[in-house]
Amino acid sequence: MAAAARFFVRGARSKLPISGVVPGPRSSFAAALLKLSPGSSSRTQRRHAAHFTFQADPEPTQYGPTTKMNMFQSVTSALDHTLASDPTAVIFGEDVAFGGVFRCTVGLRDKYGKDRVFNTPLCEQGIVGFGIGAAVAGATAIAEIQFADYIYPAFDQIVNEAAKYRYRSGNLFDCGSLTIRAPWGCVGHGSLYHSQSPEAFFAHCPGIKVVIPRSPVQAKGLLLSCIADQNPCIFFEPKILYRAAVEQVPVESYTIPLSQAEVLQEGSDVTLVAWGTQIHVLREVANMAQEKLGVSCELIDLQTILPWDVETVCKHSANNEYLCSSFSLQEQCFLNLEAPISRVCGYDTPFPHIFEPFYIPDKWKCFDAIKKMINY
Amino acid sequence: MLTNFSNVLRVCAQRNGAAAVVSARTYADFTTQATFEIKKCDIHKLDEAPATQVVMTRDEGLKYYRVMQTIRRMELKADQLYKQKIIRGFCHLYDGQEACAVGIEAGINLTDHLITAYRAHGYTYTRGGTVKEIMAELTGRRGGIAKGKGGSMHMYTKNFYGGNGIVGAQVPLGAGVALACQYQGNNELSVSLYGDGAANQGQIFETYNMAALWKLPAIFICENNRYGMGTSVERSAASTDYYKRGDYIPGLRVDGMDVLCVREATKFAADHCRSGKGPMLMELQTYRYHGHSMSDPGVSYRTREEIQEVRGKSDPISLLKDRMLSNNMASVEELKEIDVSVRKEIEDAAQFATTDPEPPLEELCNHIFYNDADLEVRGTNPWTTLKSVS
Repeated sequence: MAAAARFFVRGARSKLPISGVVPGPRSSFAAALLKLSPGSSSRTQRRHAAHFTFQADPEPTQYGPTTKMNMFQSVTSALDHTLASDPTAVIFGEDVAFGGVFRCTVGLRDKYGKDRVFNTPLCEQGIVGFGIGAAVAGATAIAEIQFADYIYPAFDQIVNEAAKYRYRSGNLFDCGSLTIRAPWGCVGHGSLYHSQSPEAFFAHCPGIKVVIPRSPVQAKGLLLSCIADQNPCIFFEPKILYRAAVEQVPVESYTIPLSQAEVLQEGSDVTLVAWGTQIHVLREVANMAQEKLGVSCELIDLQTILPWDVETVCKHSANNEYLCSSFSLQEQCFLNLEAPISRVCGYDTPFPHIFEPFYIPDKWKCFDAIKKMINY
Repeated sequence: MLTNFSNVLRVCAQRNGAAAVVSARTYADFTTQATFEIKKCDIHKLDEAPATQVVMTRDEGLKYYRVMQTIRRMELKADQLYKQKIIRGFCHLYDGQEACAVGIEAGINLTDHLITAYRAHGYTYTRGGTVKEIMAELTGRRGGIAKGKGGSMHMYTKNFYGGNGIVGAQVPLGAGVALACQYQGNNELSVSLYGDGAANQGQIFETYNMAALWKLPAIFICENNRYGMGTSVERSAASTDYYKRGDYIPGLRVDGMDVLCVREATKFAADHCRSGKGPMLMELQTYRYHGHSMSDPGVSYRTREEIQEVRGKSDPISLLKDRMLSNNMASVEELKEIDVSVRKEIEDAAQFATTDPEPPLEELCNHIFYNDADLEVRGTNPWTTLKSVS
């Protein structure tokens, strides 16, 4: 599914009068759609824009001088620092040598040599298995899976081998220096096999970490953290942001801590939790909710999906039924909530080809969910 | 004398605006069939190779020419429509490899089964799809062969199982179809295609083992177009003898640019399978003119000179055309007429594909499962549900 967003209505006192919002009966999809886009069924519509606008964070000042970079450049920068500082670091995957299909590894082979940046044949299971072995033997292995949609042949290696290595060997061995990178998420025309967001499949697997950045600054810092982290990490990079997201990114090496959610915007009524591209959708939704409904929204970027920052989310919201992990936050926060937690995500269908614009949880659907929730 | 007479008739027909129908022409001036010498196939774990002296009739030649030209023009039209953003998503073009699709189909029956990866437009056509349906599927319209829900990579028709996006995943499927043929005893076989990149996927080897163990009527065909996306075969494979990779499975290496070579090898393999001897592996040495997909210019990992050289020396359509002309099996004008008629067919199909409406929104959730009663599908939030009908 596309990046899910979770909404909670906080606080026992939501004293804002919501006028003009009629809690209507459950409308059928077609009717709702007709309200939003009247002409959609009558003639062929050409999509002219993405479903979100990237919103850059303010330039960070604590990491030294910055320069303008887009997301793939920030990834290249992180990998460059890694190869420079860690002589055991190697990068491999399909087509990484010439720079990669998304240009994340441009220039690295020329700079560091063909024994450190090399192509693998077309075999995901082999790539990850090989990466686990290299990491166990002491190399910092950075494996690239060309699209997150192709990660499934490697699922067994990740879940049964990488995640359990330290545990089953009683800490004698580990593959902590393995990082797997993969382009992730919808891109507008990816259809079934170039658009998937498979983090949910890994979110219940103890032993690995799953991280998804929302911007170039986050990408570089989080990737460097993943590489440094002594646990096998999966780093999903929102491919739609590779070029679209441009920010002032620190040139030096820096890390952003894992398992720490970031509160991007404080609010008092509704808490929105998301990751990756969806953060930018929700930023807009938060504005819309404030303007049109007078609802004050809080926005949290989870960043690390597994293990996720329970404390921050719990503290800033009422409860969360997210991720059937070892404990359900719902237990803790149930009484503080005014409405059930709302999950807004893609439909329960395979990621469609022609129907993509209607499938993704765009700002209208999120806004609609907020409206329904506050009228619960 | 007869030649002059038929020429006059033809000119008259053209002047009157009537499309010259080939079958109404006199055949007296053309050879009805000829024998051709084709390249010998390399063999692996076999005692004999397919024949090198093959017969092709005039009708067969014209048919192969027409089908290959249709595929070629269809792919070029798809290229054009993609650049106009009428086709979106991914589009992997097959031009240059036409002899493979046409030759394979000539060696098997329509009742046999075939499955391939994503470079599938040519096979969709040879397996019975129409150009209209294929182009409408590319543009994602309701007239498409998969109702507009699959797109370029997911086209299906009777006895053609697609159209598969995940590299290598289609080969075990093909073996399963072969098992079904064996089980049902219907003397049919299954052809599973994959590329030189996919040849390194683990599941291919798992499939070889099962097919050989159970003697399945399966033909595995590796379309080696020398590049797995941007990686050349030398840089991705420890052994580039893809026809030997089946190890205990007999193999053939075939010139994939010659439609007759492909046909003979396929017939040879089909006979082998149908006689119960088990699977066979074929490597077709072929070439694609376009890049891997429409987002790949195709020249960052190979030179333009190389592409031009193949186009000049080994183009499958030119090879067939030269053969037919030099053996007096057809005339230049006749082949030109076929070209014109193919072009028109493609234009009409493109027109249809551009104007046909998109599938209705209700289709979004249909056919997820097979269900007797309509299923309710969760929408983007808990309050919206959609209906799934199968």
